[in-house]
Amino acid sequence: MMEITARNIRQWSRLGPRAVYGLALAELIGRDERVYALSADLGVSSGLGRLMAEAPERYLNVGIAEQDLIGVSAGLAKEGLVPFASSFAPFITMRCADQVRMNMGYMHLNIKTVGLSSGVSVGGLGNSHFGVDDVALMRTVPGVVILSPADCVEVVKSVEAAAAYEGPVYIRLTGEAGTSGVHTDDIDFEIGKAISLCTGEDVTVIAAGSMVRVAVEVSGRLSDRGIGCAVLDMHTIKPLDVEAVRRAVERSRLIVTLEEHSVIGGLGTAVAQTVAGGDVRPRVMTLGTPDGYLKNGSYPYLLEQCGLTADAVTERIWDALQE
Amino acid sequence: MRQNAGAEDGYIREAELRSAALSVKKRMLSMANSCGQRTHLGGSLSMAELLTVLYMAVMDHDPSDPLWPDRDRFILSKGHCVLAFYAVLAECGYISGQLLDTFQRDGTALGAHPTMAPELGIESSNGSLGQGIGMAVGLAKAAKLKGQKHDVYVLIGNGECNEGAVWEAAMLAAQWKLDNLTAIIDDNDMQSDGSSAQIVHMDLKKIWESFGWEVREIDGHDVMAALEAYTAPRIDRPRVIIGRTVKGHGISFMENNGEWHHNRLTDKLYEQACQELEAEA
Repeated sequence: MMEITARNIRQWSRLGPRAVYGLALAELIGRDERVYALSADLGVSSGLGRLMAEAPERYLNVGIAEQDLIGVSAGLAKEGLVPFASSFAPFITMRCADQVRMNMGYMHLNIKTVGLSSGVSVGGLGNSHFGVDDVALMRTVPGVVILSPADCVEVVKSVEAAAAYEGPVYIRLTGEAGTSGVHTDDIDFEIGKAISLCTGEDVTVIAAGSMVRVAVEVSGRLSDRGIGCAVLDMHTIKPLDVEAVRRAVERSRLIVTLEEHSVIGGLGTAVAQTVAGGDVRPRVMTLGTPDGYLKNGSYPYLLEQCGLTADAVTERIWDALQE
Repeated sequence: MRQNAGAEDGYIREAELRSAALSVKKRMLSMANSCGQRTHLGGSLSMAELLTVLYMAVMDHDPSDPLWPDRDRFILSKGHCVLAFYAVLAECGYISGQLLDTFQRDGTALGAHPTMAPELGIESSNGSLGQGIGMAVGLAKAAKLKGQKHDVYVLIGNGECNEGAVWEAAMLAAQWKLDNLTAIIDDNDMQSDGSSAQIVHMDLKKIWESFGWEVREIDGHDVMAALEAYTAPRIDRPRVIIGRTVKGHGISFMENNGEWHHNRLTDKLYEQACQELEAEA
């Protein structure tokens, strides 16, 4: 198991989610003979450079062919192996959506897919590489677990949890290298169980992935203004921790969802659907990327354009509470 | 019954295999007629001999132990032609006559496309064309990684070869030198809208060769030619057997008739079809 120490956490934050995914998978491969790393020619981008050099027999590059990546993973999974297949988020979800539907959905095979640099974190690479619809798509495939780790500690935990879980899992990596993490120590990480990070009685921000750190910052700023803002780290988007949402609904007059994903079909939709089905229905504000295409620019510029900075989110919540 | 090709008298072998294929075709017609719905008879009839020979004389498998780890694996990639698949599985003893009677009926395990049911000998869910070979490459690679000796077979339609995903997998199988993988093309030169030559012409022999596969071209209705192609010594690459076949084979009003890609039998047509099969025998 990867050791969760303050020193490792600091190092992982410097390396970023993709590199830490590679580290965690290499460690897993070292102790579980069933596990294989696969990619559609993005091994190095998946942080697997060292594994490729040191244990090339455990890394399978299928070529630039994402449909085949899922097909081959399905064959391995059927034979009792545990494939972890990675590519940039849109290519491991929508590009091969039909293979995902048949193999991970209909046949419920034990395939783990990993979406690299989801959200808009690839910045200048542009809209073709953004992963703002991957959760929407994967949520509609029955039986697939969707994990959205908030920081590198959760990346490690997600890889371990996915391997231990028998069934299809999609791990969505967001954020970039050099960002400080959310957790400074080891955590209890269980698929389907949200982590409560801040408490407060007025608002609950339910966040996933890179936006959890933003939510924590927002909570601090609102607290300075006398607003109690709870934060739920919803690292598992499916199956959603419905009980945690219900508890939030009971205590809050405003529920805010925060994700680096389209406002259509992601965490916000899942939470809003849950709230709508309950007896108590506070206002739900869903924050994410707009239903449209973004201008070219750096990651910070794009987050600003989408209103996904701590400043912008704080003001949106403040304004909503004044109405 | 762990069955495989033995060194038997060729003449008896041929008679047995032809008889088995005939029995498979009769089951297909009976299922198609009794379900009272449209079925993919044309493409099922064209692949009947190829599949019968594979299950009766080539693959190592055990209907009394469908999950036997050393069994050879078969994937029906042209999933719409399940009639032939279910009929062969019934012929082998995986599927009972009672279950066969539920074909395409409400709530059945035997739908119009295969749904994965390992206990019935159905390895995978198919119906979305072009996907079977990707899984087959994974199955064959897994066998290599685990040091297992079984073989993997995948049956693909000629029209299905239009799908790009087929070629992603074909490239990789050659790169990985999967000599435990055999693709079978049921090349009846037709597809849903009509003649394949007029829709998207593909010189399948040349294309598969250029992708690095060992190509064997046979008359797909000649059981002994199929047996020979399946059992010929392997070289260090995946094998594809291109069976030249006739859509609707053996039934005069179905042969090369696009209307029988997906169509419904009447009792009268059913009787005629059965008589023609008997006459052929």
